[in-house]
Amino acid sequence: MSVAETTEHAPGYESPLITGEQTFGSISRKIGEITERKTTMTWLLAFGAAGSLALVLLGSIGYLFYEGTGIWGLNVPVAWGWAIVNFVFWVGIGHAGTLISAVLFLFRQRWRTSINRFAESMTLFAVICALVFPGIHVGRVWLVYWIFPLPNQMGMWPNFRSPLLWDVFAVSIYFTCSLMFWYVGLIPDLATLRDRAVTKVRKFVLGLFSFGWRGGNRQWKNYELAYLILAGISTPLVLSVHSVVSTDFATSIIPGWHTTIFPPYFVAGAIFSGFAMVMTLAVISRKLLGLQDFITLNHLEKMNKIMLVTGMMVGYAYSCEFFIAWYSGSIYESFAFINRAFGPYAWAYWIMVTCNVLVPQVFWIKRWRRSIAVMFVASILINVGMWFERFVIVVSLARDFLPSSWDYYKPTFWDVSTLVGSFGLFFTLFLLFARFVPMIAMSEVKGVLPEADPHHGGKP
Amino acid sequence: MATATKERIYSVLAEFGSAGELLHAAEKVRDAGYKKFDCHSPFPIHGMDRAMGLKRSKVGYIAGICGLCGGAFAMWLQGWTSTVDYPLVISGKPLFSWQAYIIVTFGLTILGAALGAVIGMLVLNRLPQWFHGNFYSESFKRFSDDAFFMSIEADDPKFDVDRVSEFLKSLGGRTVEVVKGA
Repeated sequence: MSVAETTEHAPGYESPLITGEQTFGSISRKIGEITERKTTMTWLLAFGAAGSLALVLLGSIGYLFYEGTGIWGLNVPVAWGWAIVNFVFWVGIGHAGTLISAVLFLFRQRWRTSINRFAESMTLFAVICALVFPGIHVGRVWLVYWIFPLPNQMGMWPNFRSPLLWDVFAVSIYFTCSLMFWYVGLIPDLATLRDRAVTKVRKFVLGLFSFGWRGGNRQWKNYELAYLILAGISTPLVLSVHSVVSTDFATSIIPGWHTTIFPPYFVAGAIFSGFAMVMTLAVISRKLLGLQDFITLNHLEKMNKIMLVTGMMVGYAYSCEFFIAWYSGSIYESFAFINRAFGPYAWAYWIMVTCNVLVPQVFWIKRWRRSIAVMFVASILINVGMWFERFVIVVSLARDFLPSSWDYYKPTFWDVSTLVGSFGLFFTLFLLFARFVPMIAMSEVKGVLPEADPHHGGKP
Repeated sequence: MATATKERIYSVLAEFGSAGELLHAAEKVRDAGYKKFDCHSPFPIHGMDRAMGLKRSKVGYIAGICGLCGGAFAMWLQGWTSTVDYPLVISGKPLFSWQAYIIVTFGLTILGAALGAVIGMLVLNRLPQWFHGNFYSESFKRFSDDAFFMSIEADDPKFDVDRVSEFLKSLGGRTVEVVKGA
């Protein structure tokens, strides 16, 4: 009998959240052992590959700093190229973590406990990758601190009316809050690892980082409320960060950018791409690390449903944009959209529509929603599509108001190496996390076992 | 190793079989009038606050105040820099364009509240605190794995090693241990 059948919902019953008849002890053992056993060859090979790619990023940035942004394919109508595309792409991916940890927590979706640590970590790494791009694209990198409101000898301040400045605040606050959320969740689990530690070094390091956690209810009381507050205030943050990112475009007067649909449309797309990335990583790591009992097919199916919903929202936004372009009666607006679908970048537009609107439709069929192969391929295609969505938006600059200045934007070698390198950085960080930090929130998973209920076993 | 004369007693530690047993024991310890006791478990147990007679956590107030301070600071910073310190008309907008300042104000409110919640939680929990008497017990390590412990601490005004040990045993403690250390 396959796992698919054993974890099937029976009508009227809630199936167990995790399988394999886990006990409190078996959870700490299974998750703890992943960080304690000898480094495997697979991990070393993967780490070598990812680390090499991260060095490609470092090299590309080094050359960029030496030579300047001229090494990229930017030209005059398209003055914003892959740097912004990659930035929006990575920030978008970084949205699933907080959605899972905060929004699903508030809605008491207990299945989130198996994937929240995982998704939160992915969020942090994606936001780190995102933050690289605005940092390096400014041209005079040694003046990058001008984006912060720091008192300086010129007596000048940043322009607080600018969406680019809002972006600095939104993304850095998002990173800080996600980091705190992640670390607070980690404290009890680090204590578990500390108490399992055998070697002196592990005892010291884990002891240091677990802050001397004792799991007393006097501590849990404050801990739980702090966690609830973090979830509560991170929920508007999930919705606001990508809305603010979208104002980078929406507050400009470029046709195809100047639309009020951008904030909700960007947020839906961000959650869509974030879940796709969580899915890609979850499918690989549950297989490699033997976590099938914790991340069950039910979890994956629920994520697929969220991808289906958000994919439809994105599809709706695409069609709505077209409708408004026609309905507005503005010739520039109509031209921008006809140009998107049939102009020089039509190929990118149709890749985007295929991957983001058509591909998730496979999840209407239950058998495909529960098929690892289907969801793995679909999740990768969705992220390809979401990258192209940002590309399509940015290159609508290529045909601006003045036909004499029209141009075609082509990436250079350095554009590609920077994007590929950012994936290297992402996977390097993710592999380090998978090796040294508990992948699954042990204390939270223990809390959703039936035995965790004080009324379990018929005692009043 | 310390000599026996220098050792002091930190607490009496009893292990219970399940979350439910620990909860019921906590009710009895509370009713017996002990103040300095704690229930250690691998995860928070629902209903334990009432069983131990604990008041609601104050983290919420700290987070709320910090959030308000963050928001007020943001509005002040943006208003002061654009109207007093370096007034500069940009795109013909008023100097104090508060509508445009809302986003940073919102962000810093969230940041303030989050910092308040986390730092408030750590301070109220007295963390980081790398030393605690209970860590002298070898079996106490299992609290983070699968065990449920009740500890009554030596600085409780009603503390008496023999009486407390007897009491915890009568509540159904599987093992009762006097935690000593240098």
